[in-house]
Amino acid sequence: MTHKKSITFVSRSAPYGTHNAQLCLDMALACAVFEQEVNYVFLDDGVYQLKREQRADAIKRKTLGNALETLSLYGIENIMVDGASMQSRALQVADLVLPVTLVDRADISALLQASDVVFNL
Amino acid sequence: MKFTIVVYAAPYSSEAAHSALQFTAALLKAGHEVYRLFFFGDGVHNANRFTVTAQDEENLPLSWHRLILDNNLDAVVCVSSSLKRGLVDASEAKRHDFDAGTLFDSSEIAGLGQLVDATTNSDRVVNFG
Repeated sequence: MTHKKSITFVSRSAPYGTHNAQLCLDMALACAVFEQEVNYVFLDDGVYQLKREQRADAIKRKTLGNALETLSLYGIENIMVDGASMQSRALQVADLVLPVTLVDRADISALLQASDVVFNL
Repeated sequence: MKFTIVVYAAPYSSEAAHSALQFTAALLKAGHEVYRLFFFGDGVHNANRFTVTAQDEENLPLSWHRLILDNNLDAVVCVSSSLKRGLVDASEAKRHDFDAGTLFDSSEIAGLGQLVDATTNSDRVVNFG
């Protein structure tokens, strides 16, 4: 590992319909383990990953709802949740596993501009 | 410029895997360096040597295999993605008591650390899928 980079993950898929949410999380955790600067954005259907009271054991999957908690456990503190995605899905911050601060598209856009690498899935 | 290509898409399900192949070939033709190919999630199916296609259809895994060998590229399939999809090399096949490995020997099984390494050492990371 020669350089430390600012790597942003935009997780925009619902938690279980595809494995994208899990793949995105796995990549981010790997980057955090190797001491990269990791940012995480929940956008579009990705906000459903944060919904409380998921019971993924019913479909023999691991519950992704505590993704946020896992992220901070690995030292990923810069987490953004897109307010417009929440609003268009009638979700409130109180519906989520943890209290989060909602951001607007300009904040996300600024983060993407400032990032060295962006993974988007 | 140094590129890393990440492929999430399985061949034949969407155009993404084929686009990734063409993009990689175009990069090399233009004189760029490919630091690493990383096959992740369904993308590992691009390294399945047991792929059989109709005569008038491109065998995408075979095309990847040739591109990798011809250009001496570093190609990695994610270990957890590949094992659960039945993509095993000769040593994994032996370990799990399978008749044969399903993975082209041009790709190597490794972990996500190889993706992090590629990300930090490349000028550009381009995702397909």
